[in-house]
Amino acid sequence: MLTALILADSRFPGGGHVHSGGLEEAAARGLVTDEPSLKSFLHGRLLTAGLLAAGFAAAAARGEDLELLDLELDARTPSPAQREASRAQGRGMLRAARRAWPSPRLSSLPASPHQPLVIGVLVGDPYEAALTCAYLAVSGPASAAVRLLGLDPFGVNAIVAALPVEEVAARAGKELPALGSPALDLLAEAHVRREGVRLFGS
Amino acid sequence: MGANHGPDPHDHHHGTAPRIGIGGPVGSGKTALTAALCRALGEQLSLAVVTNDIYTTEDADFLRRAGVLDPARIEAVQTGCCPHTAIRDDITANLDAVERLEHKFPALDLVIIESGGDNLTAVFSRGLVDKQIFVVDVAGGDKVPRKGGPGVTTADLLVINKIDLAPFVGADMDVMISDAHRMRGELPVIAQSLVETPEAPEVAKWVLAQL
Repeated sequence: MLTALILADSRFPGGGHVHSGGLEEAAARGLVTDEPSLKSFLHGRLLTAGLLAAGFAAAAARGEDLELLDLELDARTPSPAQREASRAQGRGMLRAARRAWPSPRLSSLPASPHQPLVIGVLVGDPYEAALTCAYLAVSGPASAAVRLLGLDPFGVNAIVAALPVEEVAARAGKELPALGSPALDLLAEAHVRREGVRLFGS
Repeated sequence: MGANHGPDPHDHHHGTAPRIGIGGPVGSGKTALTAALCRALGEQLSLAVVTNDIYTTEDADFLRRAGVLDPARIEAVQTGCCPHTAIRDDITANLDAVERLEHKFPALDLVIIESGGDNLTAVFSRGLVDKQIFVVDVAGGDKVPRKGGPGVTTADLLVINKIDLAPFVGADMDVMISDAHRMRGELPVIAQSLVETPEAPEVAKWVLAQL
């Protein structure tokens, strides 16, 4: 459980703070401007990309073949920008993990793994891994919204606390999901091509 | 992407090339100093630069336009609105960029990491750089060295930039330099004007001595 808490902590030095999960692009397009639109964005993200990622974290925690899971997650992530964002965060987490929790199982991960797989391997318990992953799927964008839009941090925190993160984590443990989130795919692709101001890596 | 063959995890802040960080407040001349060092050292050293602009890839673009370094040797990272976090608390995005450069140019002699413009408390993590330069400028006010903060007091080198502007902004250089020495003890201070010495010869000499 402590590992899960450390990974979910925004102070964990795994590179997560430079990713907004599509929020920066959504804000730039005026799709997220205030607390209600942020709530809607986070809810949608949790139930699609969040559930997908959580399912893979749980599968990795159950000990399933990591190479295969990595390919399966690629197949479910049509946006190359989203794949790279997930792998960049996986690499960052792995770099930190090699120092904190050295283990032979880390070596069985692909070289630049998707982040949910790293979470699954490190946390070990499928539900806790899914919970960590689902929470990170919304906590990063929520923090980005505070930084980019100057929203009230107490209001944003209350939105995150009310999201059905535990419910999503419980659903994620059952089978590998295959959810699409075309809006997030499009936002990620538009973001990576954005000229001028771009504060986040995704 | 090329960053999965990182250095030995037990040797966390040393890839192959030494890394020097250049930090300091907005507008103090970090990018101009970086460009000057590229001009001064680019012929004799295999150099690469990582920029951490707050807003855009402006600094990287400036260096590319200045033509002081092969654009392939410049990487820009996004800092998620928090330039100090990216050089101090969570250095992952910068390490990724350094590793990409080391992968492309295996025989690098030096990597310069330029921070986004920040405040007087922003310093580089020792996990990211071997040595760091903190840049302040005369136009920011001659009280800046006296204010202290970790950048001014602990950086391996303090550079006071734009000394040619001192008469125009009413800055007393003697006060600035003596305050700097008082705050820093034995640590070195260089006052310079890139208008007068565009290749930053004293800083370049200091950099060479660190390698």
